[in-house]
Amino acid sequence: MNIFESVTISSYLAVKEIWRSRGRFFLVSLVIALITLLVLFIAALGEGLGNGNREYISRLNAQLIVYQAKSDLLIQASRLSRDRLNAIRRVEGVADAGMLGTANATLAVDGNLQPLKVALLGVEPGHTGEPPVIAGRQFSTANAREVIIDRNTALRSRLSVDDTLTLRVTQGTDDRFYDLRVVGVTSSQQYSLQPSIFTPFNNWDRVRPKSEAEVDVSNPVANVILVRLVDPAQVEAVSRRLVSQVNRIETATLSAAIEALPGYTAQQSTLNTQGGFSLFIGVLVIGGFFQIQILQKVAQIGVLKAIGVGNPLVAAAAVLQIVITTVVGVAIGSLLTFLFSLTFPPTIPIVFNGTTSTIAVAALLLIGPLGGLVSIRYAVRIEPLKALGLAS
Amino acid sequence: MMNVMNGVNEVNLWSAATAVDQGNPVESGVETTYALEAKSVFKTYASDQGPIQAVAGVSLQVGAGEYVALVGPSGSGKTTLLSMLAALLQPTSGQILLDGQDLVKMNDRRRVALRREKIGFTFQANNLIPYLTAVENVELMLRLNGRLDQAGKQRARELLARLGLGERMNSLPSQMSGGQQQRVAIARALIHNPSLVLADEPTASLDTGRAYQVVETFAELIHEQKHAGIMVTHDLRMCEFVDRVLQMQDGKLVRVDTGSVEIRQLISGGRHP
Repeated sequence: MNIFESVTISSYLAVKEIWRSRGRFFLVSLVIALITLLVLFIAALGEGLGNGNREYISRLNAQLIVYQAKSDLLIQASRLSRDRLNAIRRVEGVADAGMLGTANATLAVDGNLQPLKVALLGVEPGHTGEPPVIAGRQFSTANAREVIIDRNTALRSRLSVDDTLTLRVTQGTDDRFYDLRVVGVTSSQQYSLQPSIFTPFNNWDRVRPKSEAEVDVSNPVANVILVRLVDPAQVEAVSRRLVSQVNRIETATLSAAIEALPGYTAQQSTLNTQGGFSLFIGVLVIGGFFQIQILQKVAQIGVLKAIGVGNPLVAAAAVLQIVITTVVGVAIGSLLTFLFSLTFPPTIPIVFNGTTSTIAVAALLLIGPLGGLVSIRYAVRIEPLKALGLAS
Repeated sequence: MMNVMNGVNEVNLWSAATAVDQGNPVESGVETTYALEAKSVFKTYASDQGPIQAVAGVSLQVGAGEYVALVGPSGSGKTTLLSMLAALLQPTSGQILLDGQDLVKMNDRRRVALRREKIGFTFQANNLIPYLTAVENVELMLRLNGRLDQAGKQRARELLARLGLGERMNSLPSQMSGGQQQRVAIARALIHNPSLVLADEPTASLDTGRAYQVVETFAELIHEQKHAGIMVTHDLRMCEFVDRVLQMQDGKLVRVDTGSVEIRQLISGGRHP
């Protein structure tokens, strides 16, 4: 019997059994589908929450972020003045640098919508940090009282280009309201799990929340400075040069900056652990089902072996059944996940990223054969004599 | 014959009996090739109480077109012997030749292939693959041997029809009675034209009427298609349709009944060794 004949016969036996016992196999596929749903949602939640934290930073057209020295790479804890920006721009290998100020604000919206909490980000027009618009235009001047809103803000507030929004911020002990014109919409650029509003840095310094001492004082201080390099491959060399030539700063690559975001690593590892455990449960469920299945089929496998079906064929048929059951389950689960995802509002931080979902699906497809390994081993070891009650 | 009764277990006893009763060609000096030949086969198992000899030096020959019954009390070694003849169990010593090929010297892979190509089986129960219909169960042997063409499919249907299962071709085993399942198993055992057909208690789960019918059909087909057939049975009445009855006791062949008179005497007398 050649390989082609073996594959044909094992496929024939595997498919016939699945078809004639389709109710039983479908139930197992359904369990796998539910596990798929769970794993994909956990992966999407991890992606969504991670995205909410890192989206703006990960989409920056920059290679380095400069922090105040000893700020432990905490953006909120870092303070950098304009003279530092000028020094950074003079360092060899730096193509451009822009200040970034971060703050929180509340967007007063019309109608029945709830006030929207947003990340208020001050960036320098024409420099690194200003997000590219997908609708409308970029900022006109460095002092313009304009905003670019991200897609999330637009969806939740129903604002569009040329609308005027009202920001409510606390300055000193007073709530103050600032009317700003929406000139552009950028792609989703969440920061600190909030939708974002970008405004020129000088305007940001005017409208940001302030303590009593800062009110009516104009001393623009950014949190960090975003640096774009002439040659992105020279990150380490330029980073060393920056630290040696500019006083009291520290630098981080974008990935290091993301890892240092408060709670980011803990959140991601928690979700990854949940995903891992879900996969482990999948292995146990599939392994358990096929083990019971093989135990019920001992006599039948004994007959097959007695009439001349070899172990490779018995194993191949078992593997094929596991693969088919798993693939059907994962396909149903993926479809269910997709259908559910269509019903979610944008406020739920669930993002189906191609890479993450593909990894999750690949892991789910692997757990079938992995879970079935024990049962396949058992099937191969069945002695036809004992199975048929012929052993002495 | 006296030697047999005294427990001296030699193949010659069977041959001699055959020669006397049926004019065996061995005696007449003509070279004969048997489909199955077992020579001094032993099977010993180790146990806490010391070695147990399940089969002790059995020799036998079965020609093409002969149907032989293997009888004996429980524990006499007939199932162990059948398992060795079926290439499912290795003898401790001895030689088993099927179409001249020594089963004992074969590796596992070759024995699996031999079972698929040259042996047909029916068992007491759990004979059929439960998720295949009657015709699919029969065709399986052709499929395994790479011979499932239109002619093979036609033959499978004809064989089932001949066994009275024309209306049951597409029934699953769970939809058939025990007798019908046993007849499907017979068709499966014969469809690929094996040299040797082995049946282990094929009538164990059948009522008497059905049992007679099954064994009679089996015997007809074995004679007609020139297979060598061996049936293990505890029911002496089923020996009515066989050519020879081999009686086993304590792992040895102790008596051979040949010819209709002797066999009828055995059946009516219930004469067990």
